[in-house]
Amino acid sequence: MYNYITKLFLVAAMIASISEARAAETIKVGVLHSLSGTMAISETTLKDTILMMVDKQNAAGGLLGKQLEAVVVDPASNWPLFAEKARELLAKEKVDVMFGCWTSVSRKSVLPVVEELNGLLFYPVQYEGEESSKNVFYTGAAPNQQAIPAVDYLMNDIGAQRWVLAGTDYVYPRTTNKILEAYLKAKGVKEEDIMISYTPFGHSDWQSIVSDIQKFGTAGKKTAVVSTINGDANVPFYKELGNQGISAEDIPVIAFSVGEEELSGIDTGPLVGHLAAWNYFMSVDAEVNDDFIDGWLEFIDDDDRVSNDPMEAHYIGFKMWVEAVKKAGTTDSDAVQQAIIGVAVPNLSGGIATMMPNHHITKPVLIGEIQSDGQFDIVWETSGSVPGDAWSDFLPGSKDITADWQAPLACGNYNVKTGQCSGQNYE
Amino acid sequence: MVLALGLLMSPPVSADDAFSAAVKSLNTRSFAEKSSAATLIAGMTHPRAGVVLEAMLTGNLYTKRRSDIVVIASALDQGGYRLVDAISGEALGDVGRRGAKKISVNNGLRKQLRGLIAGRQLNHADFQDRIEAVEAIVVSGDIQLRPLLVSRRQLEQEVAVLEALDNALVIFDLDVGNGAVRLAAIQASANNLHPTVRTKLTNIASDQSLDPEIRGAANQALLELEALANQYQIVETFFFGLSLGSILVLAAIGLSITFGVMGVINMAHGELIMIGAYITYVVQILFPDIIEYSLLIAVPAAFCVSGIVGIMIERSVIQFLYGRPLETLLATFGVSLILQQAVRSLFSPLNRAVLTPEWMSGSLEIAQGLSITYNRLYIFFFALLVFAALLLILQRTRLGLEVRAVTQNRSMAKAMGIRSARVDIMTFGLGAGIAGVAGVALSQLTNVGPNLGQGYIVDSFMVVVFGGVGNLWGTLVAGLSLGVVNKFIEPVAGAVVAKILVLIFIILFIQKRPRGLFPQKGRAVED
Repeated sequence: MYNYITKLFLVAAMIASISEARAAETIKVGVLHSLSGTMAISETTLKDTILMMVDKQNAAGGLLGKQLEAVVVDPASNWPLFAEKARELLAKEKVDVMFGCWTSVSRKSVLPVVEELNGLLFYPVQYEGEESSKNVFYTGAAPNQQAIPAVDYLMNDIGAQRWVLAGTDYVYPRTTNKILEAYLKAKGVKEEDIMISYTPFGHSDWQSIVSDIQKFGTAGKKTAVVSTINGDANVPFYKELGNQGISAEDIPVIAFSVGEEELSGIDTGPLVGHLAAWNYFMSVDAEVNDDFIDGWLEFIDDDDRVSNDPMEAHYIGFKMWVEAVKKAGTTDSDAVQQAIIGVAVPNLSGGIATMMPNHHITKPVLIGEIQSDGQFDIVWETSGSVPGDAWSDFLPGSKDITADWQAPLACGNYNVKTGQCSGQNYE
Repeated sequence: MVLALGLLMSPPVSADDAFSAAVKSLNTRSFAEKSSAATLIAGMTHPRAGVVLEAMLTGNLYTKRRSDIVVIASALDQGGYRLVDAISGEALGDVGRRGAKKISVNNGLRKQLRGLIAGRQLNHADFQDRIEAVEAIVVSGDIQLRPLLVSRRQLEQEVAVLEALDNALVIFDLDVGNGAVRLAAIQASANNLHPTVRTKLTNIASDQSLDPEIRGAANQALLELEALANQYQIVETFFFGLSLGSILVLAAIGLSITFGVMGVINMAHGELIMIGAYITYVVQILFPDIIEYSLLIAVPAAFCVSGIVGIMIERSVIQFLYGRPLETLLATFGVSLILQQAVRSLFSPLNRAVLTPEWMSGSLEIAQGLSITYNRLYIFFFALLVFAALLLILQRTRLGLEVRAVTQNRSMAKAMGIRSARVDIMTFGLGAGIAGVAGVALSQLTNVGPNLGQGYIVDSFMVVVFGGVGNLWGTLVAGLSLGVVNKFIEPVAGAVVAKILVLIFIILFIQKRPRGLFPQKGRAVED
């Protein structure tokens, strides 16, 4: 009898240890997106995107014979908290990869942590460039994959000759506008044909600026506005344009931060015809996109939801990571970093995205016009994919710098003139 | 005989064919081809030509999936589209979201379409429609539509339309040749602040290939336009300032009561404004058929809801903290975070779309080149109205009397039989309700989202402190003058610096006069 009970215990213990071992054998995917605070508006969707991708991967048999497990934390739109939560994910939860961040400042805050703990971070948002970290993969657009082609379109197809660069006063607009100003001047645009204006976060009183733009726009040359105005402040801006009678046909506004998600919260009547430059639109005509949208609507169980560019970036990033893990045969950070360079996966617009040695990816550039239903009509696209350039060729400080994480260079900021790698100093 | 009959019969058939061929050729990726097809259709008398052009302009022209049938699609509530054949007008049933593919239209095409449709509308019975059509033709700048204007000019009887036609023809003449017609057109444009005129004159003035006489005239006209525009600009800036000021007043006036009169530092004031804005949204969702009147319903509703929330805050938190400003500040800050997250959970973290009624869109044209947007204008008057109503309540009602008594000397008022706790509730409710009303107005200007209130809390305190704590008139004058000063600095220094300069100015001013513009007098000041 005693024996019998011992055996039973042993069996029970064995079962328990097996199931424990199984639980330990999941691959952990960290999700570092704000679910509360000001950025929740944009970032919650990205968390859901990763959860959907994890679900799909598990349904398809997992990865390396293991199941994926998403670990979600909430950095609450608080930049220092991003660093703490990243540390928690890497050191305590021991995640194998992280998908996260939206604002540049949150990425900068996480950067030292992922580098110290040698983690992997996929960053899905368009940004100002001037960075390439060993541990970060930039699946959003660099300036040459969004801002520069947009200006080319306005210049060549719309015939714009005068330029208003309007932005919110922080790092992304300031750097982007610096690049654009240098680019426009290189194209022969004169100083007096460029007007630059910065506004505080959440600016809502656009009367004077719109009136200035109107005045600037009646000087005999076609005028266009390049807007790096951040999220919320856009709506009052467009409303004021509409009320003062400036239509997209007179003075088109091209925006880099206005997507389907942002438009879903507003009355798009006054915005029709204004432009946005992205690497993906929900209205892209491709089978793979239709399938993605169907899957997304089913996952989120709400037919009114939209898909947008950063979601596509996460889709690509996730697929690339999966491919790299398969290729390396392990989730080990160094091995994945080696394996992922050159990995190519389909994007949602019917093309292929490839991870470059500088940790940026190739993307097509699309220009869309806002429609009354909150969607974009694609009016222009680049003929092929544009490789992301980490260090802009139009800024004096970064012209000679290049990033290549392959051996033998293995450097994020190599100066081709001096032959020096200046280490992880991004300023 | 048979031949003649055949000839008589054949033209309508081929016109139909031509129409359907033209409509079919809209289904192309090239915008140039779409543009020429649209021009072709506009010249046809086919009964569906107008319908197709309108559908194209509004973005309702699609092709049916896996076919080249051009259809007019209307979106269904449950997703998908209802299709109608563009050529015949016959119903083709409903399809899903992926069942139709849009024929995209860009800005250039939209501008052209507007001109083409206007060309067809020049003979409308309503003269307002005709004036709009003339304006649309001017904006489209399509020189091919000029003959339509000329022929309408010969038929037109209505004086207003004649004037619009003449103006339009002058604008077209600005581009014609090198001779007397152009010169006359330039001289006639010297007081015309239409943006197209200015653009064209600048082009003429800088075009070296033209006659010096014409360029000189253009330069002269431009100078006159410049002078006129500068005069208008000062008026405009002043109005912009008043408008900004009126928003500051609206946001601050509720605070002026709770902070100024009761001495409560209510950090949740911004969230009470936010609640008002969300009430507007809820009203529009509940009554989707009467968007035009939604604001009229929203104002009392927002007053009540925000007022009740305010009373709840007062009863649950603030009443225990009277006389302890630091704790009140921290506690109400906590309340503000709770309210924000509550809205996030209840509605969504995304901004909500609040529609602008027709009567608040667009702008009032005082003179050509000087116009004031309706929404700002109404909100300015609304702010004055709220201010007057509040003043009336405080000066002329029993509640107002009690509030003033409690403010001046709480213990004496108690001794006189005033229930000061009840007065506190009512005052706080009133202040909160006014914040809600401000939220209704702000919903027309800015985003309705969980963060709406945060943007206004600092500005509100600034206005109240600058105006003098406890003085409603001070709040009004402070709000309006800060608005005007801000708007006059902004064009010179930029929006960011303007805001900083105003803050510095207030700090210096408070150093000099710590009690603000209109300091409170009397015994209350001494405690």
